[in-house]
Amino acid sequence: MPDTPESQDSPLIHARGLTKRYAGFTAVDHVDFDVAQGESFGFLGPNGAGKTTTMRLIGCVSPVTEGTLTVVGLDPERDGSRIRAQLGVVPQRDTLDEELTTRENLVIYGRYFGLPRSEAARRADELLEFAQLSERGDDRVEPLSGGMKRRLTIARSLINDPRLLLLDEPTTGLDPQARHLVWDRLYRLKQRGVTLVLTTHYMDEAEQLCDRLVVMDKAKIVAEGSPRDLIERYSTREVTELRFPEGVQDTLDGQLDGIGERIERLPDRVLVYTEDGDAAAAAVHARGLQPETVLVRRSSLEDVFLRLTGRSLIE
Amino acid sequence: MTAISRPAGGAPPGAAPGEISSPSGIARVFEYRLLGYRRTYRSSIFNSFVGPALFLAAMGVGLGTYVDASATAALGGVSYLAFLAPGLLAATAMQSASFEATFPIMGGLVWNRVYHAMYATPIRPKDIALGNLAWIAFRVLLISCVFVLVTALFGAAASPLIVLAIPAAVLTGMAFAGPIAAFSATQRTVEKFNAVFRFGITPLFLFSGTFFPVESLPTFLQVVAWFTPLYHGVALCRGLALGTAAEEPLLMLAHTAILVAFAAVGAWATVRMFERKLVRG
Repeated sequence: MPDTPESQDSPLIHARGLTKRYAGFTAVDHVDFDVAQGESFGFLGPNGAGKTTTMRLIGCVSPVTEGTLTVVGLDPERDGSRIRAQLGVVPQRDTLDEELTTRENLVIYGRYFGLPRSEAARRADELLEFAQLSERGDDRVEPLSGGMKRRLTIARSLINDPRLLLLDEPTTGLDPQARHLVWDRLYRLKQRGVTLVLTTHYMDEAEQLCDRLVVMDKAKIVAEGSPRDLIERYSTREVTELRFPEGVQDTLDGQLDGIGERIERLPDRVLVYTEDGDAAAAAVHARGLQPETVLVRRSSLEDVFLRLTGRSLIE
Repeated sequence: MTAISRPAGGAPPGAAPGEISSPSGIARVFEYRLLGYRRTYRSSIFNSFVGPALFLAAMGVGLGTYVDASATAALGGVSYLAFLAPGLLAATAMQSASFEATFPIMGGLVWNRVYHAMYATPIRPKDIALGNLAWIAFRVLLISCVFVLVTALFGAAASPLIVLAIPAAVLTGMAFAGPIAAFSATQRTVEKFNAVFRFGITPLFLFSGTFFPVESLPTFLQVVAWFTPLYHGVALCRGLALGTAAEEPLLMLAHTAILVAFAAVGAWATVRMFERKLVRG
């Protein structure tokens, strides 16, 4: 890339001791991470963990309080505008002008990046197709479904052909079908080599889209790795979920001891972490316990999060 | 090579669009506002035609008949209609600018957050603030031109000099738009906008010399009037429209300076408030 000072193998984002403090509270507390060119990188964590603040720091719309941050090799404090020229941003809440048509939203956004009108229009048509919105190009945005608006926002974030795409909870609030459509589009971008950085509190989203992720909790990074790494490191292969009739779970103390490698009690169910879920279920029954339902499943990032923080991702 | 098919590490198709200059950013923000306006411009221009026409008919022609029959000396020897028109021009500029500096500012910062979306591009908060003020100036310019046209159609233009009142009206509008836009950028709801209009804009509209010379007010209200921008806007527009400005150039300069000060401090404050709001998120 002749227009950027950094070399090919230096990270697109480099953060060390990155900290953001507001009056009286610390939203991001000394986090370290690097994102390489072409990678899909995720921030997984519950609401309030500091994910959105981190994204705003990377997006150069909020000044860093302390620590080092470079984005596309540049310093946000000095070169915010130049960095933003190379980013695509999908904010948590759509920020479309609903009175304008879908095409107008794209073209005017291209103009903010200094694109000539004809080039912005050409890219808008291309992106409408990519977002599967070609038929709605001349319709106002307001009556579109949530999923369509989300795809339009993603299309808009691509108008400047960004080197780095920042997605803050890209599918929160969408129904399952709409989510899958968005994932499909994001997966295509990933295949085309676009560097994705996303936040999510959905473990399935992180598992689908992220090559590597960090788990954030209370302003800090508590673990880092690929989804598979994290599951191997912090959980077992399988999980046996036991639901007992009301009141019974509280009377169980000690009776499950020795089954599986670890037991986690949630308010409504007991999780048995084990290499062999069916064997664990059999052992439970062998002890004369009668759970109402037994579900054997593979471990997920949700289990990793529970292990690391003692809390569920979605509360 | 398409916008979305660039392989990783490949050369970009031409130079990647980079940082843009502040004037260019301001122009883009203006372009956005123009795009929205295209949807409503017909009704908007119609409204800016009808409003002054009704006022000039009722107050200027209707009421004016009685005023002219008794004492026109206090009005400087011109018809009430000719006296009223430049005052109403300044007051209309104030009202339009104030409206444009409230709801659309809140709309972009709080409702649909399009100004936050702009800030995710090379455009800076400063450019977003100034682009909006530039748009308001343009709106007031359009409205003032229509107003002068209506005035001429009513035969209420004392002389062709009335066209000089157009830039003065724009300046009057900006003396309000700046401070009000700065205030709007600090608000999360429209609650206080009503107060701005009810206790600020409406009293000024009535008591700043638009309909009668402020000299008819009690002395302390005359002093109050001196501290409000509309008084100066009305005086400046009227002086230019009636050709009396040449007789008191220093006074006119003072009016202008005060309006410029309001507009400049207001623009500075608007920039600061936009920066604060957009950086906070």
